[in-house]
Amino acid sequence: MRKELLLGAEAVGQAAIDGGISGVYAYPGTPSTEITEYIQANKVAKEKGINSFWSSNEKTAYEEALGMSYAGKRAMVCMKHVGLNVAADAFVNSAITGIRGGLVVTVADDPSMHSSQNEQDSRFYGKFAMIPVLEPSNQQEAYDMVYDGFELSEKTGLPVMLRITTRLAHSRAGVVKKEPKKEDEVSIPENLKQFLLLPAFARKSYVKLLGKQGQLAELAENSSYNQYIEGDDKSLGIICCGIAFNYLNENYIEKKCPYPVLKISQYPLPEKMIRKIEGECDELLVIEEGYPLLEELLKDFFLKGTKVSGRLDGALPRAGELTPDHVGVALGLRPPVEYKIPEIVANRPPSLCQGCGHQDVYQALNEVVADVGEGRVFSDIGCYALGALPPYETINTCVDMGASVTMAKGAADAGLFPVFTVIGDSTFTHSGITGLLDAVNENVNINVIIVDNETVAMTGGQESSALGNLESICLGVGVDPEHLKVVVPLRKNHNQMVSMIREEMGYDGVSVIIARRPCIQKVAREKKKIKAQKES
Amino acid sequence: MKADIILAGVGGQGILSIAAALGAATLNEGLYLKQAETHGMSQRGGAVVSHLRIADYPIASDLIPLGKADIIISVEPMESLRYLPYLSETGFLVTNEVIFENIPNYPLSEKIFGEIKKLTNFVALNAEQLARDVGNPKASNMVMLGASSPFIEISSEIIEKGIAKVFERKGNLVVNSNIEAFRSGKDYATKYLK
Repeated sequence: MRKELLLGAEAVGQAAIDGGISGVYAYPGTPSTEITEYIQANKVAKEKGINSFWSSNEKTAYEEALGMSYAGKRAMVCMKHVGLNVAADAFVNSAITGIRGGLVVTVADDPSMHSSQNEQDSRFYGKFAMIPVLEPSNQQEAYDMVYDGFELSEKTGLPVMLRITTRLAHSRAGVVKKEPKKEDEVSIPENLKQFLLLPAFARKSYVKLLGKQGQLAELAENSSYNQYIEGDDKSLGIICCGIAFNYLNENYIEKKCPYPVLKISQYPLPEKMIRKIEGECDELLVIEEGYPLLEELLKDFFLKGTKVSGRLDGALPRAGELTPDHVGVALGLRPPVEYKIPEIVANRPPSLCQGCGHQDVYQALNEVVADVGEGRVFSDIGCYALGALPPYETINTCVDMGASVTMAKGAADAGLFPVFTVIGDSTFTHSGITGLLDAVNENVNINVIIVDNETVAMTGGQESSALGNLESICLGVGVDPEHLKVVVPLRKNHNQMVSMIREEMGYDGVSVIIARRPCIQKVAREKKKIKAQKES
Repeated sequence: MKADIILAGVGGQGILSIAAALGAATLNEGLYLKQAETHGMSQRGGAVVSHLRIADYPIASDLIPLGKADIIISVEPMESLRYLPYLSETGFLVTNEVIFENIPNYPLSEKIFGEIKKLTNFVALNAEQLARDVGNPKASNMVMLGASSPFIEISSEIIEKGIAKVFERKGNLVVNSNIEAFRSGKDYATKYLK
């Protein structure tokens, strides 16, 4: 069997193509971006005409995927963990409407916050929505789960969540592909009221969802992804979820793990299997990547029953990504560490690229802030969030996509003057426009700077939904044309930028300055591409 | 057989080209491979690391356990030290000597090389210079791979095939100069050890 070396994220993309999707919907976000990029670049996907354009945000992506499912075709929607917060309304309700064409929701969590503002665990969302959740332990399993996931979705009539984490998404391994499936034909729902969640209909649909829970539990109980591995030493039973299974095995390369092990990769929880391991063993160790979902559930409130260890009692760290070493320590196996990191080794945090236009914006803004006082710059998610670090330290907030505009408005409502917003072009179209509308409707005195590098830069330069439309969007929302300005953030324009910001600060209302210069990485990539085309 | 390799550098230095060459070399040789990469925010000039694991048996973890790495390959000297806890007692550290200074508190280079020289098994080389010498200044990472090859239980023929596969789209000239860079790094390390 020929193996292909694929990132976990790429394996998911390949499986979606082979699984017969007609569309993938997503907004870029680490560590999920490569799924959609893989499908966009795939020759077969292009020939088939699989829809793979970026959506404006995760909510629009989710709804577009649900629409495709409505029309009888298979779809995948992918996002990073915090993206599911944005899509949550559609997500939770899609479990109640149910689906038609198979719908797989791939959510990539980022424990240790390698590139995120939190490390929330999407399995909670899956449980909350009461849908099947699949959690692969390796790249091949990720492929198989997605490939078969569309059928699971159609069989249960529910969206199916695939929960992966950074480590799996961004790690390569050999993956064996399966026979590609055909796409489905477009069709109209047999029940034209299926997707109507008016209270009278929704109550019935909700009862139907509740009624499916027994079937879902049965499926998990019999799933080949959930495995019970016998062990002679019953002093301990180990429950591993997803990738944690590998970290356990890494500690038993030379000899077999002596304890019974339950590997869980399909939810809802396989209750019978859990009862079996609890019944057989004196104590339990729960190893899960993310929050202690299982551990909390199994931990006995009055501490009269079986002892359950894990992230809550300190056997494993409460925060951050697991490693084989953490698991080894929890099992009493110490890593054979010979060397320490020498003290002279300095941290090397990420920083804005040399020559990036954001640097020029921050230099100008810092000059204004020096006069009016610190603590007034509301910013957002993107490369420009690096303006929080030295040498700039310009921005004071970075909370969630689009929050810069709305938090600035709230602060202005509270009486703070002046207030500034720094938001990227793509973050603005993701979730900034509605906030700007709020500010315009009340004519609040905020100074919005859209740092427009004409791309989604942090995630690798995807097409920004804002491209070419920022001015018309702002005017359409109702920004006064007199107070919509454009500037090129370059060192030679420093004085122009400073006076422009000062001038707009003096205007009692919403002003928008678009600081537009293409991302230098994007420009470099395009030059390289042109060169490569010329050469070939 | 197993090779647990830590690849280290700074975002933008292209450490993944080393992993790609080894990956292309080993995948269809009946070997197993896992390779964890750094994507996202750190790629903007931050410290980046890749865990590359090759074995003739199925590999469990995507991450190398502490104290188990057979080799650290670093394209930047300070970064080579950051991952020392991963190095096994008998492991080798192979590092580029050329400093990448993009932080204000970068330590004195004498101190960095002082720490490197405390190790029993190490090779330090100027990969940029060696790459220029073979006429392809962009091939410094293949020099690094070459300098590491004596410590990896995979034959140079197979690695060279991997290099050829990675660069084949760019034409014979590029393939050959990268293979030359690989050989030059290998020669350097062989002489260095004698």
